[in-house]
Amino acid sequence: MFSPGEIILQQTVNGLILGCFYALISLGYTMVYGIVRLLNFAHGDIYMVGAFVGFFVFGALAAITGTGWLSIILAMVAAMFLCGVLGFLIQRFAYRPLLDAPRLSLLITAIGVSLILQNAMMILTNGEFKFFNHSVNPRAGISLGNVTITWIQMVLLGITAVLLISLTWFVSKTIWGKAMRAISMDRPTCRLMGINVNTIIGITFFIGSALAAVAGVMACVYYGNVHYFMGYIMGMKAFTAAVIGGIGSIPGAMLGGLLLGLLEAGGTQVLGSSWKDVFAFGILIIMLIFKPTGLLGKTEVERM
Amino acid sequence: MSESNVILKVDAIETYYGQICALRDVSFEVHDKQIVTLLGGNGAGKSTTLKTISNIEPCRVGKITFFGEDITTMPPHKIVELGLIHIPEGRRIFKDLTVRENLELGGFTRRGDDKKRDLMIDEVFCRFPRLRERHAQLGGTLSGGEQQMLAVGRGLMAEPKLLMLDEPSMGLAPLLVAEIASIIRDLNNEGIPILLVEQNSKMALGLADYGYVLETGEITLEGPASELIKDPKVVKAYLGIE
Repeated sequence: MFSPGEIILQQTVNGLILGCFYALISLGYTMVYGIVRLLNFAHGDIYMVGAFVGFFVFGALAAITGTGWLSIILAMVAAMFLCGVLGFLIQRFAYRPLLDAPRLSLLITAIGVSLILQNAMMILTNGEFKFFNHSVNPRAGISLGNVTITWIQMVLLGITAVLLISLTWFVSKTIWGKAMRAISMDRPTCRLMGINVNTIIGITFFIGSALAAVAGVMACVYYGNVHYFMGYIMGMKAFTAAVIGGIGSIPGAMLGGLLLGLLEAGGTQVLGSSWKDVFAFGILIIMLIFKPTGLLGKTEVERM
Repeated sequence: MSESNVILKVDAIETYYGQICALRDVSFEVHDKQIVTLLGGNGAGKSTTLKTISNIEPCRVGKITFFGEDITTMPPHKIVELGLIHIPEGRRIFKDLTVRENLELGGFTRRGDDKKRDLMIDEVFCRFPRLRERHAQLGGTLSGGEQQMLAVGRGLMAEPKLLMLDEPSMGLAPLLVAEIASIIRDLNNEGIPILLVEQNSKMALGLADYGYVLETGEITLEGPASELIKDPKVVKAYLGIE
């Protein structure tokens, strides 16, 4: 039997892992929203494509570099790069022509892109579940009483931490990151600073998509299977996380993601796992009613 | 003046907002070392002229050349790289970035040389000591006058070969207007030609060598500032003195 303390510990670990997925994906949502005011509903499907790229690259590498961490990491890097390029191309050909069009056109285009990605992957994989057979022992780890924190969990937490810290550094310290933040505040003025706005928007899509791809490959490792429809609910949850943190805010997406993961794990423990999604979207609705700007979001203040 | 020292030549440009014609057949020149001003009331097309030169608004007809190079359809960031710097109306400071970060972005086209950038930021701080005191503050927390200084400093970071200022005196107290005017004069004395758009015609004509008057998108009057300031039409319409 688990003691109450052990249950809390176990659910905290579960919640943190779930939170890593949400945080990585919601960053793409929030960065894109910040810079072009687009709710990119195709973003969850980038996560799905990332998972499949990881799956295929891992399969191809299995004979050469084995089925352990080395292949997993290589698959992750490949998925990051390819999804980054995919995100860039979607931006270039689907969204850029509509940047000055009404927001609704962009939103509908995003939904269209989402359907294209899902259906393309469905055709490519016959709509089957694919199983990601790595050789890492999913139960090995550090035991604290009845609770085991597995190596897989620790590696996923570590990877997420490194990525979140790198992104924070990039956005706050480099000239590209500063330009990114400036564009989210005032795009026309950025043009007058000599900033090539389209390039920065492209970089933003690349980074957001690469982070979602990491989450996709993490899902391969953690859950062991991938499916063409996996991006839909994940995208919705990540969107919820972005709203909780304050959409447009990068620290907000990180915080919102981890918080939603923890809340969902706690809610599952209390209400039962079949209420998991109800619980998460209930939080979204409550957030939208009582604090639509999110925890770290800002209300616009004009000052002359 | 000879053709050779023409820096900016605007030749019969027309700009439209949808179907509405905002600029019609506007032509003027800025020569080396000059301060040129565009005067006119609200909606006359002064800001639109600057936006068209920066290619923030597309120019439908006509030609704009900068140091002999055709910039009519050049992307805005390329125009900035040439040293044609536009300080927009309302300052447009990045409110959630620090004063220092605002300046860094002003030098975006000169990125890659951190040592030079720090040197130039220091130069701006020497010119505007109040910005040095507030270098870590967010741009949005500055007063109107300080924001205008930051906007000018941010423009200087790009090493302008021509500085276009849109309503720098807007919303400022008279004492600050005088300060901004002396800043503009200093910059010009240091060799930067200036294209000044102003509703404060008295200030603008006091500074400028040459002026143009815009009315509903057309240039209706031009001449040396010293003559415009005495022109009865200008006096009546823009200087508000009988």
